[in-house]
Amino acid sequence: MATLFDINLFALSGQLLIGLINGSFYALLALGLAIIFGLLKIINFSHGALYMLGAFSAWIGLEYLQLNYWWALVLVPLGIGVFGILLERTLIRPIAHEDHLYSLLLTFGIALILQGLFTHWFGSSGLPYAIPEELQGGTRLPFMYLPNYRAWIIMFSLVVCAGTWYLIEKTKLGAYLRAGTENPQLMQAFGINVPLIVTLTYGFGAGLAGLAGVLAAPIYSVAPEMGSNILIVVFAIVVIGGMGSIGGAILTGLAMGVVEGLTKYFYPEASNTVIFLVMVLVLLTKPAGLFGKEA
Amino acid sequence: MNNKMLNLLLLGLALVAPLALYPVFLMKALCFALFACAFNLLLGFAGLLSFGHAVFLGTGAYVTGYLMVTYGLTPEVGILAGVGASALLGFIYGTLAVKREGIYFAMVTLALAQLAFFFYLQAPFTGGEDGLQGVPRGKLFGLVDLSDNLNMYYFVLAIFIAGFGLIRRTVHSPFGQVMKAIRENEPRAISLGYKVNQYKLLAFVLSATLAGLAGSTKALVFQLASLNDVHWFMSGEVVLMTLLGGMGTLWGPVLGAGTIIAIQNVLASGPLANYIHVIMGIVFVLCVLAFRNGLVGELQKLIRKNFN
Repeated sequence: MATLFDINLFALSGQLLIGLINGSFYALLALGLAIIFGLLKIINFSHGALYMLGAFSAWIGLEYLQLNYWWALVLVPLGIGVFGILLERTLIRPIAHEDHLYSLLLTFGIALILQGLFTHWFGSSGLPYAIPEELQGGTRLPFMYLPNYRAWIIMFSLVVCAGTWYLIEKTKLGAYLRAGTENPQLMQAFGINVPLIVTLTYGFGAGLAGLAGVLAAPIYSVAPEMGSNILIVVFAIVVIGGMGSIGGAILTGLAMGVVEGLTKYFYPEASNTVIFLVMVLVLLTKPAGLFGKEA
Repeated sequence: MNNKMLNLLLLGLALVAPLALYPVFLMKALCFALFACAFNLLLGFAGLLSFGHAVFLGTGAYVTGYLMVTYGLTPEVGILAGVGASALLGFIYGTLAVKREGIYFAMVTLALAQLAFFFYLQAPFTGGEDGLQGVPRGKLFGLVDLSDNLNMYYFVLAIFIAGFGLIRRTVHSPFGQVMKAIRENEPRAISLGYKVNQYKLLAFVLSATLAGLAGSTKALVFQLASLNDVHWFMSGEVVLMTLLGGMGTLWGPVLGAGTIIAIQNVLASGPLANYIHVIMGIVFVLCVLAFRNGLVGELQKLIRKNFN
């Protein structure tokens, strides 16, 4: 039993920090998926590819256009958002009235194309992206060393998540969005341009994925596979949390990151799989998901 | 009558095909055709989109491969064990997956398949990134030497015909009718008193079992079981084969699998080799946007139009 309490605080808090960072990305991506699902009723298989696209755009901006990190943080999400809007208008819209399985397959096809193109152009090994000067270095806390960039990721993504939550739950625009989720026909009857809201929603979700990509570029290596790997985990998170609630998606994302971090400390062999195992547990005990409504 | 003639013609063609085409290519096409047919049983007839079906292909391949390498079993016993393992996994995964519907079903199956992927990546017996190499083909019933490609081809053909026959029998059975009823209108099937989840589970297990059969056979053909077999990309590929050929038709997945394998074979040696994933993606997008009935579906439409 003695070994159970023989915890290396330094290592444990390190893993917890990594867990929180992964959790921030899970939360950002799960949030985007949940928003898109709410209005379009589709599961966006391109989400990982858009995240990858965000990271690569930041890298290309720095390498070829001398756009620094801060510019990328503003411009890339906008660019990916516009790209998402184009995707929605040209490809997803025409089959919106079909079975939703088709839009799933369509977005999967788009993801394959994007990932394939970037693998061809940049190879499958990762590219480095330097941490911006302002955020280099770190702070020494009594129990751990906290790199500034990592603290920045956690704070920034929390602010973005909270802001999005506020936008959707507390503002008039958000009320339209939620009403559109409940009953699009009625909304249209009230004179609200639902197709426009749908397009903007997809663009916003895509922009969030792009933003996550920019944030990720300095700490994960920028690689074509980065999107598909994280997306499958985020799917499991979305199943755990249920997509009915924006807050639920954010909380589940963060919590699963922490669970993963703890597993890395206590039983590293299972750290890749622990989130999937949690999903199995949730399916067995509360099939609709922790925050989901009974379907 | 017409149908019977067509079937006989196809059988005749399959029997003489190795004279004209490379047997390993044909065996690969047959394995994937069986895999796609098994997948189609679930998607096309029960309306369930599993996005992790590669896990059953891979499990069949790994179990058969491991047993044949380690214990030198005869191929029929090795395949039987691989198929059994896939069926068991299909039962476990199916029990979990049928708890959710629609796109959640797709996400659950994908996540469960990824769970197995990491297991196979880390487990000591799979050879990790290198895969299980040098799987012996052995002697069928201790008599027929399968290391001869032509013998192996006829063995694979027999397996395919058995699997395809089972699927056809299932689709036309009362059970198949209930599956289709669930696909068309689940609430109505429930209100008619059918235990929908049990039917879905049975369809899932059957599909997983046959996918495992395809995987076990594939492991013998290529004498290899690797992580490619359990990767999500493989799961996507089988969806594409079924979609391209025509889901919900018996022959669609066969045609779709053949087409995809042929395309990959042609591309692999050409200047577009690096673009295989991109091209698969484009085919996916085109199929969904313009070509939802698939090759066989469009063909049927054409025939119907011209005979009316």
